[in-house]
Amino acid sequence: MKPLAIAAGLAALAALPLWMPGGSYDVNIASQVMIWAVFALGLNVLVGYAGLVSLGQAGLFGFACYVAAWLVAAGTAQWIAAIAAIGFTLVLSAVFAVLALRGTGISFLMITLTLGEIVWGIAQRWVSLTGGDNGISVSTRPAPFGISLDTATPFFYATFAMFVVMLGLVWRFVHSPLGVALRGTRDQPRRMGALGYNVWLIRFLGFLVSGFAAAVAGLFFFYYNEFASPYVLSLTTSAEVVLMVIAGGAATLLGPIVGAALVLGMQDVVSSYVAHWNLMLGAIFVAIILFMPEGLVPGLARLARRPGAAPAAPRPGAFGRTPS
Amino acid sequence: MRITRRKALQSVVGAGIGASLGPLARPALAANKPIRIGLLTVLTGPLAEGGIQIRAGTELFLKQRNHTLAGRKVELIIQDTGGNPAGAKTKAQELVERDHVDMIFGPYAAFELLAINSYLIQHKMPTLSLAAADDLTSRTPNPYLVRASATSSQAMYPLADYAARELKVKTVDTIADDFAFGYEEVGGFQQVFDDDGGTIRKKLWSPLHTPDYTPYIAQIGAVDGVVIGLAGSNPVKFLQQYASLGMAGKHKLLGGETAADDALLKSFGDEAVGFISACPYSASYDGTQNKDFVAAYTKQTGAVPGLNAATFYLNGMVTEAALHATGGKTDDRAALVKAMRATSFKDSIRGPFHFDRFGNVVGNVFMRRIDKSGSGLVNTIIKVYPNVSQFWTFDVKKYLATPNYTRNGTPAKLAQNAAGAE
Repeated sequence: MKPLAIAAGLAALAALPLWMPGGSYDVNIASQVMIWAVFALGLNVLVGYAGLVSLGQAGLFGFACYVAAWLVAAGTAQWIAAIAAIGFTLVLSAVFAVLALRGTGISFLMITLTLGEIVWGIAQRWVSLTGGDNGISVSTRPAPFGISLDTATPFFYATFAMFVVMLGLVWRFVHSPLGVALRGTRDQPRRMGALGYNVWLIRFLGFLVSGFAAAVAGLFFFYYNEFASPYVLSLTTSAEVVLMVIAGGAATLLGPIVGAALVLGMQDVVSSYVAHWNLMLGAIFVAIILFMPEGLVPGLARLARRPGAAPAAPRPGAFGRTPS
Repeated sequence: MRITRRKALQSVVGAGIGASLGPLARPALAANKPIRIGLLTVLTGPLAEGGIQIRAGTELFLKQRNHTLAGRKVELIIQDTGGNPAGAKTKAQELVERDHVDMIFGPYAAFELLAINSYLIQHKMPTLSLAAADDLTSRTPNPYLVRASATSSQAMYPLADYAARELKVKTVDTIADDFAFGYEEVGGFQQVFDDDGGTIRKKLWSPLHTPDYTPYIAQIGAVDGVVIGLAGSNPVKFLQQYASLGMAGKHKLLGGETAADDALLKSFGDEAVGFISACPYSASYDGTQNKDFVAAYTKQTGAVPGLNAATFYLNGMVTEAALHATGGKTDDRAALVKAMRATSFKDSIRGPFHFDRFGNVVGNVFMRRIDKSGSGLVNTIIKVYPNVSQFWTFDVKKYLATPNYTRNGTPAKLAQNAAGAE
């Protein structure tokens, strides 16, 4: 049943350019939702499965964006720029991880926040390299196998392919022995240590997976916007993606995707109708926290099973808590 | 009329019914198709205050014209970019690809315009923006851009001239927001000030969202003047802290177009009295059109219009004149932009102006001094520099060959030419 539902969902998504009413604009919005969903899926590995809330994720996302933009603007071939963007971002993720994994809980959150702000500061201030506040803009998207991605529909399918691959990878990782061990380090880190697992290393690898997803999403974000600016590295971006994960449902595969659709839907679609869309988004978040603190996806699933049931007590060591 | 999506949908449905009436009804319908103007502004986040003034200026103009320009109805579609580049891109796409607008008013910030610049060129979209990035009408010009306000450095040339020649200021320190607008303002000031025998001792750069200017104020040395290149509400914070540190009266205060904006006057205290600034628009300009504009704007919003509102009112005037020239046609985008750039006004809310070949305005720059008046503060015009171009009096070819102003660089020497540039 479940794989069938996933396949049906993906098929509906794949056919989206055929039935969206708003033409290329709506298709572009869908592409953006998938890019942010991949970013959120990656962060969910940390927030949901490792119990580590990172507020520096935009640093990785934006770094990939900048590396690609800088190389493409300098005339490097697209495929080299893509590999370099992902490669360098993985290296940066490793640096982030080594520094941030000295702590968990609040200290992890604060260290990642600081690291993200450092990357933002460099982009803002090292004007000769990054263009400062004006950013770096290019006017070409890549053309894999000779197919130009300049228009909405081809770009949508390229993003869709990336989305499916990343979804598969994250699913595979979460259900692998390593993924299970990662959840173990979230719930019972000391017991995991006593059992002989290297808790630090497991968390480190989880961080790398998360950084990889951020890099891929950042690369596609650059392709979409043809632009890198300090805004993508800002704390706002980091906070937004954390909200996507938490609102959609941490530690679920579908949650971050729903969260990304929710935030982008408000920001890009509802904002055309409602002036105070920020207020509305805030109200929705408050409602989610009040009525389904576990997030939209698990919350709705609970209501579907037993309408009116109270939310289950939070699991020990669920996200945001300091595991003992 | 503030067009909401619902209204737009109704008109689409209406058009559908009209079209179904048969071929006879169609030609009349096409001629009466409303002109669509997309307004990219910022209604949420830290830049919202300026963005709301932009909306008010645009709406006032259209209201006064009864939403009809050159015999065609005008629909205004307002979009909030949230003040970030990715948001500007998404909203520009919505305006272009979904709403099929004929032109875009906005965006507000330079980094927003830079983010969508190549997209706008690709779609040949006539764009009337306030964003001041120098290069977009000079070194890397956007052929579809029309700028009725000024480049970042444009008003700084006469400011430096006035400071050196009339105020006899010899040395200054500068403080500006640490982003491109600040670099271009300070660079422009330095370009002319150096030539006129002045010296910039120290350039201080404060982050855009700094809560505390004390460390910067402490670095201001024994100089004649302080040049303030701050935007938004930053000048208010800066001057308050400057005065509270006992600095009031120690330097001549000189500011760029955003530093003493008329819309900020209500927020300044007595510490701002004597502050001299240069701006391409001034609410106190006593042209008839401007008096009417200020009265109408004040009545509509309860506030005095500043550069933001005025620029979008001017954008409306430029659009109207261009539509008269094209006979109300908007389909040929290149012809429409050409007509916009060819407009020339003997009088307007900022006095006479026209455009150079890059679509950037040539017109008055006002030197104002903040004075106390009965009810509060006013910007008194103390000198008007007429026909100020983005190239000041430099040789245009040489100007285009030199790199843009940067954070720490010294501007390349450009001899000022007494006869003027173009």
